[in-house]
Formats: sequence, structure tokens, C-alpha cells
Amino acid sequence: MAIDMTPAAGVGAPTDLEARGLKAAKPWFTGNLLTALIGGAIGYAFGHWLGNAIASNYSVVASGAQNEVAIYLSLIIGCVGWFVGLGTFNYPIQKLLGLEPIDPPKSEKRTFLEHFSYSTDHKVVGVQYLFGMLLYFLVAGLLALGIRTELLSPVNHIWAPDTYIEIVGEHGTMMMMMMTSVIMGPFGNYLIPLMIGSKKMAFPRLEAASFWFTVPSFLILLSALWQGGFQSGWTGYAPLSIQGGPGQSDYDVAFALMGFSMICASINMVATIINYRAPGLRWSRMPILAWGMITVAFTMLLSVPVLIDGLYVMSLDRGVRTAMLYAGHGGSSFLWENLFWFFGHPEVYLLALPGFALTVELLPVFARKPVFALKTSTAGLIGVAVLSFFVWQHHLFMSGMNPDMRPLFMLTTELISIPTGFLYLVAMGTVWRGKIRFEVPMLFLLAVFWNFLWGGVTGVYNSDVPVDALVHGSFFVMAHFHFTIMGQLMFAVFAGVYYYTPLIFGIRLNDKLGKISFWIIFVAFNSTFLPLFMIGLLGQPRRVFEYAVRLQHLNQWVSISAYVLGFGILLYVINLIWSLAVTRTPAGPNPWESRGLEWQVGYPVPRDNFIKIPVVHRDPYGYGTGDDTPVADLNPVGDKAAVVTGGDA
Amino acid sequence: MAMTQEERNERREYAKKAGWKIFAIWLVLSIIAVALILYVWGPHMPPGDMTTSAASQQFDFKVLTAMVAPVLLMVWVYGGWSLINFHATKTDRGDGIPLRGNRKVQGLWYVGSAVLVLFLAGFGTYELINGNGVGTGEGPSPIWKPTAKHMLVVQVIAQQWRFTYRWPQFGGMETTSINLPANTTVQFDVTSLDVIHDFWAYQLGVKADANPDVNNVAYTTTSSQLGRFTVRCDELCGIWHGAMYNYGHVVSKSAFYSWASNMETKNASVTKLLPPFATTYTPSYSGAGGGYYPSYDPNGHAVTY
Ligand code: HEM
Ligand SMILES: [Cu+2]
Ligand SMILES: [Cu+2]
Repeated sequence: MAIDMTPAAGVGAPTDLEARGLKAAKPWFTGNLLTALIGGAIGYAFGHWLGNAIASNYSVVASGAQNEVAIYLSLIIGCVGWFVGLGTFNYPIQKLLGLEPIDPPKSEKRTFLEHFSYSTDHKVVGVQYLFGMLLYFLVAGLLALGIRTELLSPVNHIWAPDTYIEIVGEHGTMMMMMMTSVIMGPFGNYLIPLMIGSKKMAFPRLEAASFWFTVPSFLILLSALWQGGFQSGWTGYAPLSIQGGPGQSDYDVAFALMGFSMICASINMVATIINYRAPGLRWSRMPILAWGMITVAFTMLLSVPVLIDGLYVMSLDRGVRTAMLYAGHGGSSFLWENLFWFFGHPEVYLLALPGFALTVELLPVFARKPVFALKTSTAGLIGVAVLSFFVWQHHLFMSGMNPDMRPLFMLTTELISIPTGFLYLVAMGTVWRGKIRFEVPMLFLLAVFWNFLWGGVTGVYNSDVPVDALVHGSFFVMAHFHFTIMGQLMFAVFAGVYYYTPLIFGIRLNDKLGKISFWIIFVAFNSTFLPLFMIGLLGQPRRVFEYAVRLQHLNQWVSISAYVLGFGILLYVINLIWSLAVTRTPAGPNPWESRGLEWQVGYPVPRDNFIKIPVVHRDPYGYGTGDDTPVADLNPVGDKAAVVTGGDA
Repeated sequence: MAMTQEERNERREYAKKAGWKIFAIWLVLSIIAVALILYVWGPHMPPGDMTTSAASQQFDFKVLTAMVAPVLLMVWVYGGWSLINFHATKTDRGDGIPLRGNRKVQGLWYVGSAVLVLFLAGFGTYELINGNGVGTGEGPSPIWKPTAKHMLVVQVIAQQWRFTYRWPQFGGMETTSINLPANTTVQFDVTSLDVIHDFWAYQLGVKADANPDVNNVAYTTTSSQLGRFTVRCDELCGIWHGAMYNYGHVVSKSAFYSWASNMETKNASVTKLLPPFATTYTPSYSGAGGGYYPSYDPNGHAVTY
């Protein structure tokens, strides 16, 4: 096998342009956040004008005081302007003009400002995502506290009823949209090339686009708040959503933009993991995080387009008054319900699977043992992903459609417990006779299993139609999915951020503060969401601002716990920012004594990751085998390097 | 890496000893938990047993909880044991034992979880069919129906933001409150005039989406328990969704019939103006957008005002 082991020249232009009859072209300008905002504003204004010009006589939709076509066009063209401002189109247009774009040489050290530009370096994109996601999460989390404040009392209201629904919808939608990428964005982009021994991601420009889609998506969704919001919650059921004002159009466009982001990110992920693995990194040796990423990427690629289609249909119904989603004019409100949940159910696994992948990836480091039943954990991820496409109607057991399909959907949903259970088998096997180190990330990992257990077993209640007849649409369901998402995914993220700051930033967080914040978050989280199961069982529906007076004490308990939870999360974030900006305690090269290839590269990760393409000899989980040789040879010599030798895994 | 026979024996011995202890703790706790769930909490589990469907929901909830408790306990007992026994200390920060799998354990897990899950799916299906849909909306052409000869039909009409009820067996009258007779099988025809709502009568164990242009049918049978039940909208329907609730009562048969015939006479003048009873109503056709319904328009044409 002849593999090029010479140092790579990086992404750059060929040197023999003249000989090949090509003309070199410098980038016209370097896009950054500022130029993007300018481009976006110009596009927005133009789109608004255009919409009013072509559809000025359209009757306004329900409560909106504006022409809905103008709103859609301003958002869409504004987004195009945003990308023009970022310089996204420079490269393809230069190519179309027969020019050969030349990237200016990059310095070895990544600058601060680079993080505000349209960077194609996967490490920069990873960091952009990390802080972007953190911001989105905190904003949406703050809205959650707004919800809990209202629910302190069943009769005294803080918010007007429309504001309350807006806040619930904003919180849910922002979380569900943005958090799909909370692991793939930061960890996937930053770590996958390092873990699989690649110098770059397969499609760096798509990768940059995937991040820069999230920003307008977030801004547009947030802007709905001062446009009357959207009354439909994150599920956007028609015809309620057809009634909505301009805020509902923001929902459509923002969600679709995030959909494009996911598609870009996942195409990139699939192509990279399949094609850019270093020699020796067979599928059987691939880190479980990479398995998680490729599984999730495939799931995104198959489910997200359905969401975008659905949003398109809704936008047509709202903008130009087609009637595909409402009855009485030939459409059906069931169409949206099906389209939405055909995406929506896989989506909840888009949230859950990366959390599991990251958890299983880190667990052996702290248990000091190999992953137990490694193949089973991969099978678990794939099994869940495949089954997730066959369960969507469990959200519609009460809807009145297809009663004869209920046993089937009950079965498929319950079947998902089998591959999900594999992950417990893996975890329980992995800690058996380990030498567990209770470092802060490990505490979060253990909490993942505690929390998800609640989320998992209550999922069985939801899937059982007779019990779902009780819990559907109640706070029981809401507690269930917060245990699976907040309790599982976000706890895994907290573990991951803590664990990888030494690699990404070269610093270590304050352990004392880390432990304190962990215990506050863990206890407050459970104290917030466990009573919600009871509240739901006692008959309180979701998304209501009034509830039975006898439930007030429970609700107050929950709200106060939620404030404490917010405080705990704040403490965690302060720890991160403080350590980054002020104390900057150096972490040393491999503080967790991990065997992962990413730690072999070490901090600071060079611009090109590897000087030569490494050769991988074993999987990264061989703790306790007494064999301390690194998992990969970073400096393979000559032809021999290309001979891929087998390790013991 | 080959391991010596000695190491292998030590592991097996340890697993056997610890395994038995874990199993014993788990078994004792599980028996206690299941007993508490079935006999202490069980009779008080939501949503009570005011109707057949509520009772089925309660029964299913009880069975699931009794099955889930041992699963929770297994993970907790095992996890607790592991955290206590398998951790590093200040002096010993070495590695654990490099186990990569165990056929027997893995096989047992696969089979065990599959059996459990298949049982649950079978159980749920049996309950669903046997309970005539356990109070859930079955759409316009229900497939699981009660066999009762006489059924009381109540149409639930949802609109932003209230419920009204129509009674085809009482001259098609429409009321703003709901009473039901004891010991009677009831058929709910649930529909909506605008967006999707959901009719959730908590104590009755009935839940069915109210879709515009769709008749969603649900069944239940009341018992001899009399009393109040809560009706809440359980699907987000806009601003005042949170305020879309009211109360109904299960009353004795005689009380019900006198209430109903009373209402029928009282409402007769209004009933005349309503569109004829139908399973669904489309406002844009019937003129609910503002005006008389065409077939009942005393002037012979719809008036918009
Ligand atoms: C930071 C801690 C969080 C708290 C305290 C919290 C609290 C809440 C509350 C009080 C509601 C409203 C329930 C209702 O009235 O229906 C809600 C809804 C929701 N939350 Fe959260 N939440 C948190 C995190 C998350 C996360 C991490 C996600 C997902 C990534 C999430 C997704 C949702 C969704 C989808 C809804 C439903 C919105 C709707 O009904 O349209 N939440 N949350
Ligand atoms: Cu689902
Ligand atoms: Cu409602």
C-alpha cells in the first residue's frame, strides 16, 4: 500500500498555476462577523422591499400586520446577504471565473480574531461552536427560568398569557434546534480529525458554513420574541401555526436554517470519517465518539430534509395561502403532524446519541479499564438510530389517526429500549473491577447514567398506549424528555467541556469549583424534574399558565429548584470563563492520562494536526493491559510505516 | 495479552461472591418495592377508577411501575456496589482489570431485555384492545368498540378557547356544561372548529385530540362512582390554552335524565338555530365566520354583519 507520508502542504493552491494555464486570485475580502452583519442587513432590507413589491396586495395572514411574503423574503435574502458578507461565495465565484483562489498563509498560532471569521480550520470552527452553543444554551435556559417564575402561582400571573406561550415556545425551540449540534459542533469538529489521524475535515468550507448558519438561525428565532412570538410551541402544529403572526415565520426560517447547518455538518462528518481515517484505524479500532458522530450524521441526513420540506409547506400555507396543512380546503393537519414527527423523533435521538457516544468515550479513562463490549455499544448506537425512523407516531396516539397502527408503534418504540439498554450494559461492565477516579468529568458521566435511567424507564410509560392516555401532553412527558436531554446530553456536555479544556485551551478548570458546581447542578436538576413526573400524573398539562391550586406547593418546589439549577450552571460557566480569562492554570500534556490519539497530539494542537499521517496500531481503550505503547505512531518512517500492522485489538 | 489461570480463577471467584451479594440485596429491595407499589401506592395511583378506561390506565400504570422498579434497583444496587468497591485511592492510582467483554453476561442481557420488552409490548396491546382503546381517540372509524347495546353519545366541540357539548340523543341540543350518568357506556365524538385541541377528562380516563374536520371517537364506561371530573385542553391551541378547562359531573341515571330533558326544553329555541347535528363542522362552509347558517337562515340567505 502506498500512502503519502510526506509532510502535507496544507490546504493551498498548486504551485504550477502558469503551466496549467490558471490565474491566481487573492480572496476579495476576508469575511467576519461585522461584514456578515452588514451583508445581512442589506439583504434584509432588499428582501423586505422585494416582498412588498411583488405581493403588496396579499391579504395579511390573521394577526400579522404585515405582508407575510415580505417577511419570508427579508429573512431568506438577509441570510444570503449574511453569507455574502462572510465571503462564502468568493471561492466558488472565483472558480467560476476561471481564477485559482489562493488562501493567504496561516500562522501556526490561531489568533483570537480568527474565531470571528469564516475560518476553515476545524479547530477554530470547533471553538466557535463551543462558545456559540454555550450562549444559545444559556439564553434558552434563562427563558426556562421565566417559565418557572410564572408557574410559582396558579392564579397570580407574571406574564400575559401570550407572552407566556411565547417564552415556552422560544425556550423549547431554541433548545431543540441548537442543542442538536452541541456535541457534533464543538467536539465533533474539533476532535474527530485528531481522533482518526487526519489533518483536516473533508469539506472545510461546508464546515465553516455549518457554524455560520447557526448564528442567523439563533438571531432570527430570538427576534421572534419582539414580533409577537409564535403561539405554536416548538411542535408548530397546524392550523394554529397558520394563524400565527410574523413570529411564526421566524420560527419557519430559523428552524430551516438550523436544518441546513445540520445537513452541512453531517455531510462533512460522514465524508471525513469514511475517507480520512489514518492507516490502521480500522472500523474495529475507531473511537466510539466517531461512531456516534457518523451514526448521528446519517440520521440527520435522512431526517432533517423532511423537516425542511414541512417548513416549506407551512411557509407556503402562511405566505401565499395554499392549504396543504389545514382541513376544509383539501389539506390536512395530520400532514404536518406526520412530517414534523418523522423528523422530530429521530431528532430526539440526534440529541441523545452524541451524549452517549461522548459518555462511553470518556468512561474508560476514569474507570481505567477498556470499554466493556465495545462492539455492543456501537450496535446500540446504530440500533437506536435505525429504529428511530419507525416510531414517530407514538407522539400521535391520541390524535385520532390510524388506531390500527398503534400496536405497531408501541412495539417499535419499546424495541428501542433494547439497543438503549446496551449502553447500560457497556457502562456497568466498564466500571466492574475498575479503579474509578472521581474527577469532575467522571462525576458528570456517572450522573448521566442516573439521570437517563429515569428518562429511559419513563419512556416505556409513554410508549404504552393505555398509560400514554394518562401522561400524554402532561408534565410527565415534559419531565421525561428533560431527563433524557438535559439530564443526559447536557450532563455529557458538561463532562466533555471539563475534560477537553486542557487539550483545546491548555488550561485546567478549578476542580473545587467544578465539584461544587457539579453537586449543585446534579441535586438541583433532580429536585427540579423528579416532582414534575408527579405533577403530570396529577393532571397538569404542559404549556399552561394556570393549574390546579392543590399543585401549587409542588410547583413552587420545582421553581425554586430550577433557580438553584440555574445558579449551578452559572457557577460552572463562571469556572470556565474565569479559568480561561484570568487564572489560566496550565494543565500539562495529558492530565487525565488518556490513551486517546487526540491527547497524543497534545496542546497546542498544530495547525495541521499531524506533521505526518500517523499509523494507528490499536483502539484507544487498552487501559490496564500493561501495554503502555501509544495507540499510534506519529512519526512513521519511510515505506515501512505504510505497512499497517495489527495490534492486539 | 494472555492471562494466567490464576488470574482467571480469581476473577471468577470474585464475580461469584460479589454477584451473589448484589443479587441478594437487589432481590430483597425489589420484593419490598414491588409489594409497596402494588398494595400501598397501587390503589391510589392516578387517574383513579371512576370509569373502565381510567381503571385500565391505572392498572397498566401499576404493572409498569412494578416491572420498572426492579430494573431501577438493579442499576442502583449494582452501581452503588461498584462505586464503593472499585475506586482508586490516594495510594493506588493504577488501572483496573482489562476485561473487554463476557459472553455469558452479554447474552443474558440481550435475551433478558428482549423478553422484557416483548412482554411489555404484548401486554400493552392486549390492554389496548381489551379496553376498547382505553379512552383514547380512535379517529372517525373506531376499530375497538364496546359491545353495550345502549350508548350515550356526547359530541365534544372544541374551539378557541372553550368546550361545548352536543347531544344527538336529546334533540341535538348544545350545552356548555357536561353531566354523565353512572353505569353507562359513553361514546365521545370529539371535533374542533378551528385548531387542534385535546379533550382530556382526567378522572374519566378519556383523551382525544379535537381536530378540525375530523371526528375522533373515544369510549368509556362510567361506574357507580359519582362525582366531579376535570376537563382540560391538552393540546396547545393558542394564547388562552392554559385557561381552557371546565368541570363535569357523573350523576345518577335519573338525575342525568332529568337534567338532560330539562336542558333540551330550555335550549329548544337555540337548538333551532344550530346547524344540524353532524360529526364535523367546517366554519367556512357553515357560515360560522359571521352570520346565520345557510339552511336555517330565516331570511333565506346568509347575512354578514
Ligand atoms: C436548563 C434547564 C431547563 C429547565 C429548568 C427547563 C424548564 C422547562 C420548562 C419549565 C418548560 C415548560 C413546560 C411547559 O409549560 O410546557 C420547558 C419546556 C421545554 N423544554 Fe426545557 N428546561 C431546561 C432545559 C432544556 C433542554 C436542555 C432542552 C432540550 C435540549 C429543553 C427542551 C424543552 C422543550 C422541547 C420544551 C417544550 C416546549 C414546548 O412545549 O413547545 N429544555 N422546559
Ligand atoms: Cu418520539
Ligand atoms: Cu388548548
